[in-house]
Amino acid sequence: MIIRVVLPAHLRTLAHVDGEVKLDVEGVATSRAVLDALEACYPMLRGTIRDHVTQQRRAFVRFFACEQDLSHEPPDAPLPDAVATGAEPFLVVGAMAGG
Amino acid sequence: MSGVRLLVGTRKGAFVMTSDGTRERWDVTGPHFGGWEIYHLKGSPADPNRLYASQSSSWFGQVIQRSSDGGKTWETVGNKFVYDGPTGTHLWYDGTPHPWEFERVWHLEPSLTDPDTVYAGVEDAALFRSTDGGHTWQELPGLRTHGSARSWQPGAGGMCLHTILLDPSRPERIFTAISAAGVFRSDDAGKTWRPMNRGLKSEGIPDPNAEVGHCVHRIAMHRSRPSVLFMQKHWDVMRSDDAGESWREISGNLPTDFGFPIDVHAHEPDTIYVVPIKSDSEHYVPDARLRVYRSRTGGHEWEPLTKGLPQRDCYVNVLRDAMAVDSLDPCGVYFGTTGGQVYVSADAGNSWTPIVRDLPSVVSVEVHALP
Repeated sequence: MIIRVVLPAHLRTLAHVDGEVKLDVEGVATSRAVLDALEACYPMLRGTIRDHVTQQRRAFVRFFACEQDLSHEPPDAPLPDAVATGAEPFLVVGAMAGG
Repeated sequence: MSGVRLLVGTRKGAFVMTSDGTRERWDVTGPHFGGWEIYHLKGSPADPNRLYASQSSSWFGQVIQRSSDGGKTWETVGNKFVYDGPTGTHLWYDGTPHPWEFERVWHLEPSLTDPDTVYAGVEDAALFRSTDGGHTWQELPGLRTHGSARSWQPGAGGMCLHTILLDPSRPERIFTAISAAGVFRSDDAGKTWRPMNRGLKSEGIPDPNAEVGHCVHRIAMHRSRPSVLFMQKHWDVMRSDDAGESWREISGNLPTDFGFPIDVHAHEPDTIYVVPIKSDSEHYVPDARLRVYRSRTGGHEWEPLTKGLPQRDCYVNVLRDAMAVDSLDPCGVYFGTTGGQVYVSADAGNSWTPIVRDLPSVVSVEVHALP
């Protein structure tokens, strides 16, 4: 399935992409599967969204989709159908705080 | 030498500035990595077009960038800094044990001979090395696992390994400095380390012989005389004539001996530069006057250098990695301020001119000569 991902501006610059990223994700669409696919396509993003070793989401990064905050969902929880079908994007958002 | 390339790291990006040997007119490019904190970038002594940059943010963590064309283009290399083995604990600000946690790379020190080998000093304090041009990083764990490490505590800026000096006459000798643990020396290429803090006296440390705990802000050496080290400590400017085995104070007639950077003239091993700062609670220059102080006697006797620098209404700071000297003759001296100015002196400090006045707050300045 093709998953649409919207990255924050700094990570789009780092990955040298404009606009949405489209990823081919196999199996159940979960945040872990989406991030695995994202990092496989754009290895320069490894470590910038989640920790290299623990795979924990970085504190000032959040995940949204379908007007829901999915940041605290388990990484293997299925994403909403609208994300899995490509109708809605999976949003990686940098917290709006500080400098 | 046809010119120089100046590498400036700021709170919001990196800038590359080039000039011919007169160092009068400058071409400025940047910001590279706009919006990110660039704690440090530095060129390889073995290949001046090979640059490494530490790019970080509170949001997205650590990124390492590498250039092979002098900063025209950059590529992202490895950012996986994983401590080797059990991380253990150091002391937190309140004196309780706190696990080692990687925060960022403060300083990148390329090898003197191999463009693909580079050292990284990180927070929480540890030393990493890459031998493949920055793609992968391995910790040299002997420093972090030194017997004293459980008692190390962070300075106000974090527990950072901020200075790495490679001895040009003894490839196996490395000096590092950590805030607020002190100076450490390895004589076996980083496998084992010894604290090198004898003679340091620090307010707040009641033990006059404390092995660690000193807030060393910066150390510097002249490559022709690597057994002589100069130090800007939190308070006190210090000198060692025995490769760090012992230190003595050389603050002399400085208006204040608090400060961050210290550097050595490229051709005169006893000519050194500091920028006195009013105090540790007022991080700006004393009397609202920006003055570099130069000693031509290896310390004790200092002269203010003011020509071309603001002498009123000035309240900037100069951070520990924000001063550099070039190898041209006369020696060029450079520094950047928290107010975003970068100054150059093409006559060893006698007179100064701003290269730029309005950058983001400057964190680091490095320079190298172009062939």
